[in-house]
Amino acid sequence: MSAYNSSFTPAPPNGNQGSLLNGQPMQPQQQPQQQPQQQQQLYQQYQPLKPLAPSLPNPAQFQATQQSAQFPINATPTGPAAQLPPPPPQFNSNVMNKFLPPPLSNGPMAAAATAPLSNLPAHLRPPSMLNGPATAPSLSASANASISVSNGSNGALSANSSRTASPGLINNNIAVSLASAELGAPPPPITMPARPQLVPGPLGMTVKPSQLQMPQQQMPQQPQQPTAPLQHQQGLLPQQSPFMGQQPISQLPPQQQATGQLSATLPPQQPPSSQLSSQQQQQQPPRSQQSLPPFSQVSNLTSSMQSMSMSPSNGIGNATTPSYARKDARGVAVGLAGQVRQLDTSGANTLLSSSGVAPALQNPMGVPFSAAVPGNKNPASVFGVSGATATPKLANRPMPPAGQKLAYGIPAPAAAPTSAETNNNAQRGAAAALSPPTAQRPPWQPPISAAAAATLPGMAGVLQPTPQQAFMPSSQTVPSQVQLPPFGPPPSTQQQQQAQPPQQYPYKQAFAQAMPPQQQQQQQQLPPPGMFGGQQLPSNAPLQYQGQGQAPGQPLSIAQQGFSRLWGQDTIDLTQHRHILSPATIEPPKIVLHNQFHESINCNPSIMRCTLAKIPESNSLLQKSRLPLGIVIHPFRDVNSLPVIQCINIVRCRLCRTYINPFVYFVDSKMWKCNLCYRVNELPEDFQFDPATKTYGDVTRRPEVRSSTIEFIAPSEYMLRPPQPAMYLFLFDVSIIAQQSGYLEAACATLNRHLDEMPGDARTQVGFICYDSFVHFYSMAEGLNQPHEMTLLDIDDPFLPRPDSLLVNLKECKELVKDLLKQLPKRFAHTHDPGSALGAALQVAFKLMQASGGRISVFQACLPNKGPGALEAREDPNNRSSKDVAHLNPSTDFYKRYALECSGYQIAVDLFLMNQQYSDMATISGISKHSGGCVHHFPLYQKTKQHMVDSFKECFKRYLTRKIGFEAVMRIRCTRGLQVHTFHGNFFVRSTDLLSLPNVNPDAGYGMQISYEENLTDVKTICFQAALLYTNSEGERRIRVHTVCLPVTASLPEVMHSADTEAIVSLLSKMAVDRSIASNLSDARDAFINATIDVYNAFKIAQNLPSGQSGQLIAPRSLALLPLYILALLKHPAFRVGTSTRLDDRVYAMDCMKTLPLDQLMKFIYPELYKLDALVSHVRNSNLSTPQDDDDDDDELLPSIPRLQLSAEHLDSRSIFLMDCGTVIMLYVGMNVPTDVLKDMLGMRSTTELPDYVYGLPNVVTAVNDALKRFILRLNYDKPYAPIIQIIRDTSTAKAQFIERLTDDRSESSLSYYEFLQHIRAQVK
Amino acid sequence: MAFNFTAFTYIVALIGDAFLIFFAIFQVIAFDELKTDYKNPIDQCNSLNPLVLPEYLLHIFINLLFLCCGEWYSLCLNMPLIAYHIWRYKNRPVMSGPGLYDPTTVLKTDTLALHMREGWIKLAVYLICFFCYIYGMVYSLIST
Repeated sequence: MSAYNSSFTPAPPNGNQGSLLNGQPMQPQQQPQQQPQQQQQLYQQYQPLKPLAPSLPNPAQFQATQQSAQFPINATPTGPAAQLPPPPPQFNSNVMNKFLPPPLSNGPMAAAATAPLSNLPAHLRPPSMLNGPATAPSLSASANASISVSNGSNGALSANSSRTASPGLINNNIAVSLASAELGAPPPPITMPARPQLVPGPLGMTVKPSQLQMPQQQMPQQPQQPTAPLQHQQGLLPQQSPFMGQQPISQLPPQQQATGQLSATLPPQQPPSSQLSSQQQQQQPPRSQQSLPPFSQVSNLTSSMQSMSMSPSNGIGNATTPSYARKDARGVAVGLAGQVRQLDTSGANTLLSSSGVAPALQNPMGVPFSAAVPGNKNPASVFGVSGATATPKLANRPMPPAGQKLAYGIPAPAAAPTSAETNNNAQRGAAAALSPPTAQRPPWQPPISAAAAATLPGMAGVLQPTPQQAFMPSSQTVPSQVQLPPFGPPPSTQQQQQAQPPQQYPYKQAFAQAMPPQQQQQQQQLPPPGMFGGQQLPSNAPLQYQGQGQAPGQPLSIAQQGFSRLWGQDTIDLTQHRHILSPATIEPPKIVLHNQFHESINCNPSIMRCTLAKIPESNSLLQKSRLPLGIVIHPFRDVNSLPVIQCINIVRCRLCRTYINPFVYFVDSKMWKCNLCYRVNELPEDFQFDPATKTYGDVTRRPEVRSSTIEFIAPSEYMLRPPQPAMYLFLFDVSIIAQQSGYLEAACATLNRHLDEMPGDARTQVGFICYDSFVHFYSMAEGLNQPHEMTLLDIDDPFLPRPDSLLVNLKECKELVKDLLKQLPKRFAHTHDPGSALGAALQVAFKLMQASGGRISVFQACLPNKGPGALEAREDPNNRSSKDVAHLNPSTDFYKRYALECSGYQIAVDLFLMNQQYSDMATISGISKHSGGCVHHFPLYQKTKQHMVDSFKECFKRYLTRKIGFEAVMRIRCTRGLQVHTFHGNFFVRSTDLLSLPNVNPDAGYGMQISYEENLTDVKTICFQAALLYTNSEGERRIRVHTVCLPVTASLPEVMHSADTEAIVSLLSKMAVDRSIASNLSDARDAFINATIDVYNAFKIAQNLPSGQSGQLIAPRSLALLPLYILALLKHPAFRVGTSTRLDDRVYAMDCMKTLPLDQLMKFIYPELYKLDALVSHVRNSNLSTPQDDDDDDDELLPSIPRLQLSAEHLDSRSIFLMDCGTVIMLYVGMNVPTDVLKDMLGMRSTTELPDYVYGLPNVVTAVNDALKRFILRLNYDKPYAPIIQIIRDTSTAKAQFIERLTDDRSESSLSYYEFLQHIRAQVK
Repeated sequence: MAFNFTAFTYIVALIGDAFLIFFAIFQVIAFDELKTDYKNPIDQCNSLNPLVLPEYLLHIFINLLFLCCGEWYSLCLNMPLIAYHIWRYKNRPVMSGPGLYDPTTVLKTDTLALHMREGWIKLAVYLICFFCYIYGMVYSLIST
């Protein structure tokens, strides 16, 4: 019998394992269809903010929301409605009728589009319509002040007049012009009054009811009415726009008001940005339940809505900010998904079947949903033929989860032309969705489309090519709708409306018929929405690329691409896609396992990732691919929910000692076959007992078999000695240089403050040693009133002055310790000793810690120059930019030997280097490198530099309070046939697969190169298992086991298409560091370039591409970002040449390459650049429409802001940019940032108020500032500690720090990204 | 039939070579133990490193004798290995004590394989030399 630890939480039966790690469900895709409801629950848990999706299953909720919505509607309309000639219902019907033809296709899409926004994960969420709208209002205000602000037609006109003016993208143009002309500055008052006039409040209000109840047959009787709906939608946009003044909700157009009220009724989780979508969703649900409203009406409304949303996005895209467009596209997509849900899936299915769609294709998900929502069936039937096209799509979508993910799909429709070509993958599909603008406008500029694609979340992948096509018509219709002059003379509007429907019709029908089957396929592939969380978002990027590069109408190539995308094997011509960075973080390739393990949850990619998602079956195949094989692992990562179990005997393979894991094969109920060595083992009796249900017999319910990341509480046979207590020893350099830097005050103050938070039980012991030319001990024996100092003068033969009282129990002597920490800075404040006897201090520290093991923290401020381990300055300051970088190797092995000695006694040494001048980091860091410690570097630390002090305090605080594992070992086991070739990280390799980690900390990452021992021809999967055995701070021995399972393939293209660029870059950087040290830096740089060339050469061969094809550089989607990252690495302080780089900085950067976990390493290599306009507009919009939402969960309210490539071409003087470099966040403030933005965000009236060096975000009580803080908080979510924030003015002397990180641009000594591509292309034969 | 300096040199070389063969075998065994996890790399390196220089010196001493008595063929036979030894020791990792093997890198698969191969090759070379020396000794004894 096994007793479970109380901390263990049994995973839900349906594969909620996802919850195990970080709250991110792992690979939900595999399990999605089985139990939608459970998924929904999960979804809710993880993403509380997305109310719509969860609510769908619950009819009651919908009704409630509807009622609430209606209430406000009724109340508001009365005033304005009375004024309007036609009764509200008629208005609605009229509007609907105008769009009827399109509505069929548009309607569903639009509805879906509206609903989905809220579903997206917070960070993924598009700025929503907000972005687009925000810009739009400003435009209208400035250019078309006379015209009604909210009017879509006006916007279109202005767009045409605007400079960019691509014919198809009227909306886009508008947005562009807005953004460019008056980003922040449109006078709120102007816009505000305009709206009320333009948009009849009642109309908007009436629309909803009419849709619900009015038959389609009712045609619009009054010209104004048709425009009204449009206005409402557009009106929403302007209101949301940040620039608009803050109008009281009551003044808002009726729809908007309604939405605002509706949102209020909505669950608090709903983000403000999604208001529009939420509104539509609410409306829709009622329809479906009532079943009655003609579908056409609904569709009309939705279509109008969609058009609204679409247009803003497009406009934005044309404008300087592609991100907006993306978001809008997403929003649209989301809405579509939502609609799907609401509409009945069953009805949709029938429609599909009738339309000729293969039943097999239909998504299984659809059925359960339909069952869950009976009311929906009616709508489908109502829709009839026209509706059929829309319905199939809907039906195919996975329901609750789908709703969330579907959102992405919606954008696809807009992007349809391009996306239709290829998307089978959900992710890709999403990308396609993003591309809507591109589809409509082939001439579209690549950057914009790319940006849009980038923004799409992984969810987008769900979208299928077909949906996109189907949506295409709608997207086209959108512009036309937009063009309608809402406020203009009635006749003109009517004409436009009439004209539009016919145009839309052909498209819709054609698409609808063609699309359904593909959609079904896509849906099948769709992962459950909730499960993925943020991880999958990045996958969308690929779609963008293709969409951009290829013309919309190439049937054959489209089909081919569709298939290749289906299998994840599409390619990209890199030379055609300069803007190749996907918006969000790049998602690791999904690991698809064979049926046997289809249900098994693989290890979270943030913990363990392999460079290849499919393992080549032989070494020769691997060599052909020219890709490195290895894993990057973050074993002690802080995880939110980790199953912890305690059992008497831990089930392990008797031969290879593998821990039982989800990927073992159960021969029968008593035997299991090891998946690493294939030995058949017996199961102990008590393993059959399921602690969660207290039943016998089903071994598959055991947590060990359900979760690939698990922690065991180890029994006594895992201990060589009693678990050690937490032991902390601090070594302070108090030489004159150290005193001048003044770090000691900050360190002691931080230590004093967080003494209680250091992990440890009642046995925790601490000690302090200071050293200059001599070593000072502090005795805190019992009975002493204050600490006693003892000074060791004989540093060449150091010894301990007394055996006890130097390390004291923290609890018992806390007062003495605090006293000491207060006195220490003063004690050495006036020292003039230039010596620093680090070696001697280390030796006595070792003697002190020898008995128990523990952690030594060394604070070093200068070159150790006294006693053992004394060093000499090696760096030639005049040679910092030369091509030959010398002295990367340690000058002596004193510190290495010391570290090895320490590791034998379970002592880890951590180094804080805060040097003023060269301190030979290469040599000193040996104490940490080989003892499992960590290194922190604060170059040029000065107590007068407040930002450095703050940064150090943050870092030190994290260091003190983070988890720690003592006397740890980690063993990596591989399936037979593979072996670990080389380890990277800070540790000591004790045997071929065993790492000795005297301490393990949650911020340490490791890398392993894998090599072949024999071929894997007869196995289908291989596994890596990392087992970390450690003593936690409470003295408990624990084993944390991570298992990852990967399929084996014999196909070279498959191998290349499954490459994980981030992991590869991470591994390459680690290998390059080794190369730099073993050989020299230029070798390492050449290796980077050669590796890139080899990979693309190999891909060319693998694909049988013709050689000598000029002008093209064909890359698999999976490896599209490789040149980008490689170039960034070549310009990174660790590897750059030609730029002055201090040796210590370079060595530290190299050390980071080896030890940072993957997510932080990628920020270190390729910082994330964001344009904050979207944030500003989002906040302002949300303030206007739904102030009440601000109280809700912070994170969920933020829009998703697309990442930009690190190029100055994305910068503009009217915007504020944020660059997240991992350890520092830079805010780049353009010269002409609108005053109000500046004031809201930074509390300044003009950029000239900014000094050259500003650190920290000013505290301004505004929503924008608050949103920015929350955005930064989100960026910092996974970081060990909050980085320092630096604000850089455009003309600041600190600008170089910002520009230096724009690695895509050309510099004096390095190539630009495009030049680099050309170089690669020339080399690829 | 005469017991001259050449014959003495070869006898000394034979005895020395026997030791060298022992060193080579020890090296192969030691790295095999490392590979199979039987030994801690620190211990193993500590036991191997003190033997490196004696082996090199012994080998050079034998060749000095050959040089003195003008046994050019035997000298030529050993020259490549001497050159390799010198190159190898010049490029050894940074370490304060004598020796070649760094416990922190010795377990890299590449390094381990290199050391193993080196051990086997040196064993073969020493064995060949051993028989050559026997031939040289006999030849010098009977050639008078």
